[in-house]
Amino acid sequence: MDRRLSTKTKVILTLLVIIVVAFLLHLADKHMDAYKLRILNLIAIYGIMALSLNLINGITGIFSLGHAGFILIGAYTAALLTLSPEQKEMSFIIQPIVPWLAHLHTNFLFATLAGGLLAAFAAFLVGWPVLRLSGDYLAIASLGFAEVIRVVALNAISITNGPLGLKAIPEYTNVWWAYGWLLVTLLFIGSLVSSSYGRALKAIREDRIAAEEMGINVFKHQLLSFVVGGFFAGVSGSLYAHWLTTIDPRLTTLGPMLTFYILIMIVLGGLGSISGSLIGAALFAILVEWLRNLEEPFKLFGVIQTNGLPKGSRILVISAIFVAIMIFWQRGIMGRNEITWDNLYRWFSRLRRGEKNG
Amino acid sequence: MNITFLVQNTFNGIMLGGLYALIAVGYTMVYGILRLINFAHGDVMMMGVYFAFYFAVLTKSNVVIAFIVAVLGAALLGFLIDNVAYKPLRNAPRISALITAIGVSFFLESFAVVVFGAIPKPFTSIFKSQTLLMKVLNVGGARIPVLTFLVIGITAVIFVFLFLIVYKTKIGMAMRAISADIPTTSLMGVNVNFVISFTFALGSALAAASGLMWSMRYPNVFPYMGFMPGMKAFIAAVFGGIGSIPGAMLGGLLLGLIEIFIPAYFQSMMMYRDALAFIILIVILLVKPSGLLGKKAVEKV
Repeated sequence: MDRRLSTKTKVILTLLVIIVVAFLLHLADKHMDAYKLRILNLIAIYGIMALSLNLINGITGIFSLGHAGFILIGAYTAALLTLSPEQKEMSFIIQPIVPWLAHLHTNFLFATLAGGLLAAFAAFLVGWPVLRLSGDYLAIASLGFAEVIRVVALNAISITNGPLGLKAIPEYTNVWWAYGWLLVTLLFIGSLVSSSYGRALKAIREDRIAAEEMGINVFKHQLLSFVVGGFFAGVSGSLYAHWLTTIDPRLTTLGPMLTFYILIMIVLGGLGSISGSLIGAALFAILVEWLRNLEEPFKLFGVIQTNGLPKGSRILVISAIFVAIMIFWQRGIMGRNEITWDNLYRWFSRLRRGEKNG
Repeated sequence: MNITFLVQNTFNGIMLGGLYALIAVGYTMVYGILRLINFAHGDVMMMGVYFAFYFAVLTKSNVVIAFIVAVLGAALLGFLIDNVAYKPLRNAPRISALITAIGVSFFLESFAVVVFGAIPKPFTSIFKSQTLLMKVLNVGGARIPVLTFLVIGITAVIFVFLFLIVYKTKIGMAMRAISADIPTTSLMGVNVNFVISFTFALGSALAAASGLMWSMRYPNVFPYMGFMPGMKAFIAAVFGGIGSIPGAMLGGLLLGLIEIFIPAYFQSMMMYRDALAFIILIVILLVKPSGLLGKKAVEKV
């Protein structure tokens, strides 16, 4: 028996949830301490990153490892637009900033949009050659391009300040910006996936050749997914930059490491599940912070006093968990399922019937 | 351009290419059998270098002994990685194995950060005398370090041994058979899992050997040092035709020469040297996906 809710009910329920979440966020904004609030914002930023990568990797089945490159583009673009001209003059020590960029200045919203659009454009340019490859080759090529973007950022000193990076970026990312953009991402990618485009993307994931036979233009759809993913990666990059307040193009911060982190989130949540991406992102952010305790002095089983493990141990633990998930629990938390109103309704009614029978 | 410049760059190119080729062989052998990009291969190379460094520092022993220990240690590591991480996924979708390989790479890097430290270490400090490293020979006006000859020589010797193993021994025959058809080979009474593990061990040993020579030339040892050489060696393997050992050698050599010569003649390209390899990858996959020496693969629908 297939039970479904009417569209009207679902819209009302969704609005209700949004209002409740907004109220909770308002409470958090008022009462949480600064540290917890930062983690709360980070969850939203990771959520956007995970959603956009899952659109590319999990739903379209393009195994791209170039996400950090797009995030980096978004981060630099937005940060250069929100930094004040005086600050830019102060930061660029090695070489003065190029004149046309020195006085360019906008507010956070336009800076983020510009970051997203530039990242989307980069995704378009990179996607054009890369998407002609398939499978593992695509993974290497996209990883390589992200690395090239990073190397360019390191070397184009008059635009990016090279290895010194950007500092004193205003900390604009607050709960409203972070969760506002998360909502936009969720609504956009969510409706894209449930549209005919989304069904075409899933068809390509399942069988590229069969999809092509059914008249789907595989390349065009893959490029669409890649560009949309790139746009939201850029947006998340902007939020991330205004959360970190500094950018430096090191291997570990905005390099392949970041892509691997996002990959862990979506694998944990379930490749191909939108709700899974959010769960994975939240779990990852909380886990990384919680494991920070490992690096501080702590008591083992409440008895043995240790001095804490060396720095970096938490990443080691996370990578071990990652490998273990891949070996023993490949589907992740959600698999390819989604939390939707229909699914919840069906689950609840099954629960009620189960009680009656039992 | 003058001839000394040409000679000097040719030697540098051959040396770099030989090092890429040594790593590339590991990729190509594993890919030939399992259709898996062993992402952790570059990190195995890094681990090998750390093994040698710490063995030499802690036991104050001869560098040659440290090198042998490092190569054996890397081989054991390759064997372990295959058994722990890849063996359970033999029948899983290929993409799962690839993600696992990324996870293993990530694990090895964080392991090195925690255990060996994130601060770069000077590799050449383990040599008791620096004279051999510093010596420069004069070849018709071109000044070439003795180290370059040494590296090219050792690489050549290793390749001769590799060919002997792959083409003249029983286990080599089993490796070649498995890359053609796993189920049939297993029916012939070959212990497939052992041969695959052996392939991993062999590839890892070669990567470690390459890493040790790499660190004599670029003596900066840090946990992420294997990333770029690993990626480039994979590209070299694709360039030459993945699955083919002579192809990996040819691809490695050509990539090394290209990476040395193009920035040498076009100074402005220096900054984007690392991008060259990826452009080669895209071009070769679009023009000749099977690589220079690879067999044409027929995709079955």
